[in-house]
Amino acid sequence: MPDQMTKDPYLSNLELGQPDKTFLDSNELIINMGPQHPATHGVLRVILKLDGEKVLGTECVIGYLHRGVEKIAENRTYTMFNPYVDRMDYVAAVSNGLGYCEAVEKLMNIEAPPRANYIRVILTELNRIASHQLWLGTHALDIGAMTPLFYTFRDREEILKIFEKYCGARLTTHAFRIGGCLYEAYEGFEEDVKRYIDFLPPKIDEYEELLTTNRIWVERTRNIGKISAEDCKALGVTGPVLRASGVKWDIRKALPYANYTEFDFEIPTGTSGDTYDRYLVRMEEMRQSLRIIRQAVERIPEGPIMAKVPKVIKPPVGEVYHSIEAPKGELGYFIVSDGSTQPYRVRVRPPSFVNLQALDVMVRGALVADVIAVIGTLDIVLGEVDR
Amino acid sequence: MPEETKSPAPPPSGDPKPPAGQPIPGSVQSTSEKAPAKAAAHAAPAKPAGPAPIPWESPLVAKLHRQYGSGVREANTYLGQNYLVLDSSIAHEVLRILRDEEAFDYCVDLTAVHYPEREKQFDLLWILYSFAHNQRLRVKTMLADGESFPTSVEIWPTTNWLEREVYDMFGIRFDRHPDLKRILLPEDWKGYPLRKDYGIIQQDNEWVKINLGIESGQ
Repeated sequence: MPDQMTKDPYLSNLELGQPDKTFLDSNELIINMGPQHPATHGVLRVILKLDGEKVLGTECVIGYLHRGVEKIAENRTYTMFNPYVDRMDYVAAVSNGLGYCEAVEKLMNIEAPPRANYIRVILTELNRIASHQLWLGTHALDIGAMTPLFYTFRDREEILKIFEKYCGARLTTHAFRIGGCLYEAYEGFEEDVKRYIDFLPPKIDEYEELLTTNRIWVERTRNIGKISAEDCKALGVTGPVLRASGVKWDIRKALPYANYTEFDFEIPTGTSGDTYDRYLVRMEEMRQSLRIIRQAVERIPEGPIMAKVPKVIKPPVGEVYHSIEAPKGELGYFIVSDGSTQPYRVRVRPPSFVNLQALDVMVRGALVADVIAVIGTLDIVLGEVDR
Repeated sequence: MPEETKSPAPPPSGDPKPPAGQPIPGSVQSTSEKAPAKAAAHAAPAKPAGPAPIPWESPLVAKLHRQYGSGVREANTYLGQNYLVLDSSIAHEVLRILRDEEAFDYCVDLTAVHYPEREKQFDLLWILYSFAHNQRLRVKTMLADGESFPTSVEIWPTTNWLEREVYDMFGIRFDRHPDLKRILLPEDWKGYPLRKDYGIIQQDNEWVKINLGIESGQ
């Protein structure tokens, strides 16, 4: 084993000293994937221990995008920290904002008015669709199908236009405020949303036509990166990955927040917990999100969009944990207030970070090409992993 | 330019907290300003003071009280969320009981909070969830600086990375952890950034100089 390899602290638990019995007693190969690698969706370094093409173990090296978000929070007021949360999972910024605003609202014991909740649900579900579209495009691209990328980005654009018209930003939207929404829905918002929910279903069918029965897609995803429900629970994996393993668990149903109790929707689940099932679950989730949006936009009430919130936000002394079902899994905020204008501590429970830990379990014994597929199917965003 | 400091005294640099209650000029404070009339008409106004924690009574708490007596310092509900405060000597045992006997099979999160003025400086806390009972629970214990805590990796494998992050950010060590090393910061970084005596713009200047070849990252 080359010396410089064994000196690397990250290689320590790959047991380089005691090679497993391998085919023809060949030596293992240690290779680096990333940090600059397009299939890692950001700056993720994965050290692979290989026997030929077979993966014997992996080690993730993360932190390249660490900005100290939790430290920044302690030095900003509650309101000032609000835009920072958008920069974690930047493809689902609306969800991040919703989680943070609701956590602070909970701490202050206030509730957003009904109209604000409807606007929140519509935007959050649109963002879930946008996030899943981006996931599908890039995941398919990693596996070698280029066309879905163009299709999904074309259709995601329409969602971003709605965001832009609503709050002026497309990606890091800062759409919500503590206590409700800052902006009233613009003129024609409901028509735009209604047009989109009629526009998208045939497009989802189109994505499915490209992939669901495509032989190459099926071969590359079925039985790849399998993870059992028990492993998911033990590793704290949530979101579509958990549901694809057959656990019917969604925070929107289990511990409802906003006004999700008012809507009818199903939780899609898979059976085998492989990459193909996760693909099917996310496709169905897009349709269910459309269902929620349709009900919300039809029933959106008139009224105020902001609760009565003091000008200076000073929650009483206490601690609160609040979590939401982000597109990637359970996104939680643990906030400690000391009664001042700045949070004493903000802890973000990032779904990507916890889900990424399952990578090792999912790829052991698989091939190198499957590692790419599994990173794609975990749907991680490194901005959230590293914070 | 902040000097690298190891003394517990907080460095004067950084973003000093303003006295409580003093509004910060230039910040976006008044979100309600835009629609005062509408907001005033809304039926659910903010309550002036939050509710106080109330004792949490359940068979689980009764059982723990029977078994551990005063080791269970507090068992309360605040804003509808249950939490336990445990003595650090029994905390690890209770965590195992919670998983094995009370079906808290999902460890949502593990984190810490630093209170430098306290004798036991750190709050170490687990957020647990039970799929079977659809119930969430926070478990908290206090640790002194330099005190380590037994790892929970064999109880919930997910705590592997979470414990590494707590070690990285707070310097709390976990005994018998399979691979305790920094996770977000470089391995040879000095200092633990989420401690309160670590300034907001403070950094390991030596590391920055050696590895990035620049005087300062600021």
